[in-house]
Amino acid sequence: MNEIGTFDILGPNMIGPSSSHTAGALRIAFIAGKMVSKPVSVKYVLYGSFARTYHGHGTDRALVAGILGYQTDDERIRDSFEHAKAAGVDFEFIENFTETEVYPNTVDVYVTDENGNEVSLRGESIGGGNAVITKLNGVDVELTGNYNTLVIEQIDKKGVMAFLTTVLSANDINIGTVRLFREGKGKKATTIIEVDSEIPAQVTAALYSMDAVKNVIIVPRIKMD
Amino acid sequence: MNFINGAQLLDYCEKENKKISEAMFEREVTHLEADPERTMEKMRKAYSIMKGSVKKPMEEDIVSMGGMIGGESKKLHTMRNEGKNICGTVVSKAIAYAVGVLEVNASMGLIVAAPTAGSSGVIPGVLCTIQEEFGFSDDEIVQALFNAAGIGYLITRNATTAGAEGGCQAEVGSASAMAASAVVELMGGTPRQCLDAASFAIVNILGLVCDPIGGLVENPCQNRNAMGASNALIAAELSLAGIKSITPIDETIEVMYAVGKSIPSELRETSMGGLAVAKSACETCKACAERRNKK
Repeated sequence: MNEIGTFDILGPNMIGPSSSHTAGALRIAFIAGKMVSKPVSVKYVLYGSFARTYHGHGTDRALVAGILGYQTDDERIRDSFEHAKAAGVDFEFIENFTETEVYPNTVDVYVTDENGNEVSLRGESIGGGNAVITKLNGVDVELTGNYNTLVIEQIDKKGVMAFLTTVLSANDINIGTVRLFREGKGKKATTIIEVDSEIPAQVTAALYSMDAVKNVIIVPRIKMD
Repeated sequence: MNFINGAQLLDYCEKENKKISEAMFEREVTHLEADPERTMEKMRKAYSIMKGSVKKPMEEDIVSMGGMIGGESKKLHTMRNEGKNICGTVVSKAIAYAVGVLEVNASMGLIVAAPTAGSSGVIPGVLCTIQEEFGFSDDEIVQALFNAAGIGYLITRNATTAGAEGGCQAEVGSASAMAASAVVELMGGTPRQCLDAASFAIVNILGLVCDPIGGLVENPCQNRNAMGASNALIAAELSLAGIKSITPIDETIEVMYAVGKSIPSELRETSMGGLAVAKSACETCKACAERRNKK
């Protein structure tokens, strides 16, 4: 367990009313928004407590604010619907009461960008404004947004991991954690690398130089203070 | 420097002749290696957000997302300004501020979770009032917030501040204990008196359940924040008068945790019991939902 600090007690500074229903929800959508270029349409499927109380908790507004890239203490969250309309982002909410074998505060986000690229993910709001992405484009993953993160979609084959770490090392980036999730040998795989510093754009270009690398997404750290 | 319970904290404060706020700050910059200036800056920002969240409902008409609260702070301030308040100025103002922060929280405004969003009114309510009524500077209140954080840390480290785990006693009870201890330090009490005040605050509302109507952080949360603020002031006054707690803070926290675990899950934030299932509560909730859907 991490050590508890002063601002874990007096914090986070947040838009109410509930850290798990607003800040945590925003975090999930924020990550989804960073996975595409400019979002133009989003569909949210809400489960459990999210499905039952999202109006009264403003979870819907937080989810839209996250796609727009707002931080958890941004006072524009309350009016995010209007801001999304102005920015040309369509959104819809679907309540799912039939699937009950999910974590109580779960949302699936389907986002499409201006180029027609679609990303889907499942996020769970796990309390205190924290969240974890448990599924990305159909692959089981684990991603928190607590660090600057590289998400690499690749074909599972020998040497990919060595290549990825070499590129990062050459760009003077220190790796915190690495996790590889794959559907099966030789099939689609996802590597999630959390790093300590910001990830410059040239890293993305360098990573695409390997054929097995199909998609590179940079998710910047979400500050919570 | 580190401490993991109240006994260690008190021992350090008494041996080194330090305040609890100083010990907590030291722990932050030595044990957790935080930058001292940045740490003070973050606390100044937290207090500035707290001040904003007590003032906003005096100036604006607020309606909560769930539609159950809004305007309560104004009513209380008006009553006091007309000289009709029953409680003295300090308690009257503290409860008006505390309910106001819950209005801000429930309407998607900016607050500091202290220690949670559902209990976010207690500490700003008490400390903003103490500052105004006793003439403390911003720096003194910011310093006292480290004392409050110290108490919150002891509870989080050794028990819980989550309503889903420990009921309202763990949320508003913790906030009340944190505020009580901070007030005692501000008013010149010893570290031991701070911890006794925190104990009183927790014991006074031991067993309080968490039963939010409609699952929303509105009612009874708002009124319970008012209660938590007044309870903090009562606990501080008891301790400053020289009344001693039978249980040291570590035992009190242990008791609170044990009581929390024995509260049935229906009464721990699930809205399946308590006020949340009262006939009128359900009708209110339904009416709010219908109003919202018409919009």
